[in-house]
Amino acid sequence: MAKEFWRWKEYNWQDENLNWRDGKVITGGVDVGSVSSQAVVMVDGELFAFSNMRTGSDSPNSALNAMNWALENTGMTLDHFDFIVGTGYGRVNVPFADKAITEIACHARGGNYMYGPTVRTILDMGGQDCKAILCDERGKVTNFLMNDKCAAGTGRGMEVFADLLGVSIEDVGDLSLDVDEEPPPVSSTCVVFAKSEAAGLLREGWSQSRVLAAYCSAMAHRVFTLLERVGVSPDFAITGGIAKNIGVVSRIERELNLTALKPKHDTQIAGALGAALFGKALVEKGKGRKNKAVA
Amino acid sequence: MKANYGYMDGSGEYYITIDTDKCMECSEHFCVKACPAGLFRIIEDDYEDMVAEIIPNKRQAIKYDCAPCKPLEDRPELPCMAACTPQAIEHSW
Amino acid sequence: MVTIGIDVGAKNAKILILKDGEILISKYRESGFDQAGVTTALLDETLAELKLTRDDITSICSTGAGRKAVTFANEVVTEVSATSRATFEMYPEVRTVIDVGAEEGRAIRCGERGKVEDFAINEKCAAGSGAFTEAMARALELTVEELGKISLDSSASVPMNAQCAVFAESEVISLLHANTAKQDIAKAIHDAIASRIVSMTRRVGLNKPIALVGGMARNVGFVHSLNAAIEDEVLIPDSPEMTAAYGAALIAAERAA
Repeated sequence: MAKEFWRWKEYNWQDENLNWRDGKVITGGVDVGSVSSQAVVMVDGELFAFSNMRTGSDSPNSALNAMNWALENTGMTLDHFDFIVGTGYGRVNVPFADKAITEIACHARGGNYMYGPTVRTILDMGGQDCKAILCDERGKVTNFLMNDKCAAGTGRGMEVFADLLGVSIEDVGDLSLDVDEEPPPVSSTCVVFAKSEAAGLLREGWSQSRVLAAYCSAMAHRVFTLLERVGVSPDFAITGGIAKNIGVVSRIERELNLTALKPKHDTQIAGALGAALFGKALVEKGKGRKNKAVA
Repeated sequence: MKANYGYMDGSGEYYITIDTDKCMECSEHFCVKACPAGLFRIIEDDYEDMVAEIIPNKRQAIKYDCAPCKPLEDRPELPCMAACTPQAIEHSW
Repeated sequence: MVTIGIDVGAKNAKILILKDGEILISKYRESGFDQAGVTTALLDETLAELKLTRDDITSICSTGAGRKAVTFANEVVTEVSATSRATFEMYPEVRTVIDVGAEEGRAIRCGERGKVEDFAINEKCAAGSGAFTEAMARALELTVEELGKISLDSSASVPMNAQCAVFAESEVISLLHANTAKQDIAKAIHDAIASRIVSMTRRVGLNKPIALVGGMARNVGFVHSLNAAIEDEVLIPDSPEMTAAYGAALIAAERAA
């Protein structure tokens, strides 16, 4: 069972003012991640419905469950789609998808829709990886890197620290800001070594908050180094679980001297949203399904 | 697009960068055979260009897989970079 | 002439006393957070045991990550120099030394008389050091010694994908939940770290025979995996963790002569 690093709720959403039967192009995106899965439905490039739920042990089923939940009570079925794109870790296991596209490309395109065409840098920090993406005004990736080899800079690394200090993961951000002055960051990048370093600091009498502040700023600095490789340019946005940790976000903003954009929608759907937009572009290129059911 | 494959850990930054704008112009794909560790393959990317990438399950160990090509002394030109006609490959370390 | 080598490592502080080329005694203890205090106590207790005083000592040389904490040392050398020097004393024909300690892994190419020609270090990442096996042993609820031993009984090969110790811990736990035999998991762990150590060693050149020193040389599972990876048998001294301290004591004697 995958652990959950951030508290988030399973839910679905539909735009009740949009009559999908009047739409010409219906596309779907399904993002099957290691922890959560999302399905997005777009009608003529407008967001119509989405769902966000836990990934089960079986990727194909998780993908189908997510899509069915997004479509719940709308009267729409899989037969009404012009194109469906799968993305994320389990993207090749979406049996009803017409194509698989990487989460990097989908995040950029989804970020472009969600934050508007001025967004140039997207930082996505998940439970087990960290991505830095640069994109152009159309949401096309111009530079990216992904780090899923090392736990430093991921939700997993933060969880190791929360465990060590016996605090709940969602309290880490606030606690880390409850210090009189910013302590020097933990010097080890490696989570294993940082953990022994932190144990030493606690023994020296450091408070929980001070140790968390030292780790959050080390994490922010590490992310800053990752971003430097791709070269940050405004506007800047943060997605993924860590976007919910104010202790890390505020320190990244301070290092970059930039404020992250505030999203209009749940940032967790960025990948699936991008996938659905890719689907629409492919339909416009004449690559849509020929046997689509008439609404 | 600059595609950075690899990682950063406590010991350093290990990235192989492929400039796909240059890479997509090439049809020779000598990199695939040149790499003794077999790290490269040619794929159609998300923008429908035929480009080289680092094979996904090899991306987490490039520091080790590339080590034989990077002796500390008398380091020759890297075979992947030497083979790449459009000069689209760079190593960060 | 009596000289002393003190190696302050990430986990243990080691002391070795040398008299006219002969080892009189060697000892170690956890270096902890007060390295200066620990090394001073270690020195005084060891001298007392031999009924010696500090006045009987010609020279003291410190080495290791915490070498600067040894305020009473009159010589300081890097662990690479110390290890190389000691290896030459024990195995004059060896040109490649692998040294794997608690937090670092090193490969050294030595020249004549134990002079360091080149070295590669894996540091600041737990994946390439003893910290990796320690974390894995914890996940399997075994001691490092047990982990090493059961690894020799493995009959099936299991792939380990994670490089990072933190992610590898989760992978080990999933393997356990999938009812994978502990000995096969242990073997996969040792194969993984051995393969990382070997590729680091290739950067300085894998010239056989190869000596293996440092605390990890005590781990029979790791040694087995390493031997398989280099297709040879590494040479291991009786007290592999004392190598750098021995080298420091030898260098102290040379410099005092």
